[in-house]
Amino acid sequence: MKTTSLNQVHRDMNAKMVDFGGWDMPLHYGSQLDEHHSIRKDAGMFDVSHMLAVDIKGEGSRDFLRQLVANNVDKLIQPGKALYTCMLNPEGGVIDDLIIYFLSESWFRMVVNAGTSEKDISWIQAQRNELAPELKITSRRDLSMIAVQGPNARAKVWQVIPGSQAATEDLKLFQSIMFEQYFIARTGYTGEDGFEITLPESDAKHLWNSLHAAGVAPAGLGARDTLRLEAGMNLYGQDMDETTNPLESGLSWTVDLKSERNFIGKKELIKTQAKYQLFGLLLLDRGVLRSHQKVSAQQNSERSVGEITSGGFSPTLNSSIALARLSAEVSIGDEVQVLIRDKALRARIVKYPFVRNGKSLI
Amino acid sequence: MNIPTHLKYTKSHEWVKLEEDGTVTTGITIHAQELLGDMVFVEIPQAGRHLKQGEECAVVESVKAAADVYAPISGEVITINPELESAPEKINEDAHSAWLYKINPSNIEELNDLLDSSEYQKILESEAH
Repeated sequence: MKTTSLNQVHRDMNAKMVDFGGWDMPLHYGSQLDEHHSIRKDAGMFDVSHMLAVDIKGEGSRDFLRQLVANNVDKLIQPGKALYTCMLNPEGGVIDDLIIYFLSESWFRMVVNAGTSEKDISWIQAQRNELAPELKITSRRDLSMIAVQGPNARAKVWQVIPGSQAATEDLKLFQSIMFEQYFIARTGYTGEDGFEITLPESDAKHLWNSLHAAGVAPAGLGARDTLRLEAGMNLYGQDMDETTNPLESGLSWTVDLKSERNFIGKKELIKTQAKYQLFGLLLLDRGVLRSHQKVSAQQNSERSVGEITSGGFSPTLNSSIALARLSAEVSIGDEVQVLIRDKALRARIVKYPFVRNGKSLI
Repeated sequence: MNIPTHLKYTKSHEWVKLEEDGTVTTGITIHAQELLGDMVFVEIPQAGRHLKQGEECAVVESVKAAADVYAPISGEVITINPELESAPEKINEDAHSAWLYKINPSNIEELNDLLDSSEYQKILESEAH
């Protein structure tokens, strides 16, 4: 099993470890609910070193990315700016979702999902060979990543990395900066403020322990999932994959069809009439929504309207919520039925995100 | 792990207590709640329902997953733990106090089919490997 540079640190902190796509990662350090609340109310941290930073270097990097991904890298004007995007196959299916950081015209960094990293690299290399053979693509497995999230996350980082406050306090959301050996971005996957810090593997343990000593709660993949679900953020492999297109996955806002660019997958997307859309669901009866549960019309449980892609218990709302791919004919505010163990339970279609910056939006 | 010797156990990780009045109280074991993590929902059979030994009769759901709970013994459900609907986390806090329901056994002999604490301990050890 693959391990991050913090593996022993997690074990020493009594983490319950799980196999996450071939990586030995912490699920929780005792209580996933406590970890969730720490991040909503104070500060917590995740080891996200299983994700992969990929550096793209050389003249013409921007032009390569114009073709490689569905969002438009021409939105990246100021160095340090980040962009969330999907990388599509020619059929318009999602190979992965990722963030691209613009560091200079000859250096862009992509951060891709752990479970998809190998196929991503071969795909990117194959496209490079065809479109821009002079570019250099480097997998940065020598780097670790720690996400520090929560209303007090930035202040805790400033407390433990001397000089970092002056360097990063003016960063806006989706901006980043290189500071000493740290690459600090004001991004995250929780719906809270915070930083994602990329740093040399050999420095990760020291930063983790310093943050812990400053009162930042270690948090595992369990809390990461409930936080991102409340924040209405897609999870690759559940809410979208190679067989679904971004327009039916709540990701239209990340696809730029207006510019002249010819990105991979565009031809198919233009032809697509989205029959489905991603909606939020709030369970009105008692129970827990889970992925793959079937959703049907309110008065007629025979009439399927779609399926839950990600479901779970929302610790902030103290009820169950889900993202569901539903027929475009339903609307926000409608009541639907969800089949849970042969029982039809009532749920309401709601707008997501469910929670932002510690507050319920429902 | 804490596996009290005065209780009986099932392979499916329920604990079973024979009360002095001849009724049987049941819940899920410490090991089961540890595997599942933070509990967020329980569904318990209604009083009056007749259960057969081994029947799926309750559901406990954690943040992570849903798990079926099986009737350790046949009989009629006589009372359920009213606290758990609003406070399922009590199972995490103390799995042996957080009983799910009490049953009036129709065949007390069935208790002999259950595991004692050392047999249950062996099951846990074999699952750990």
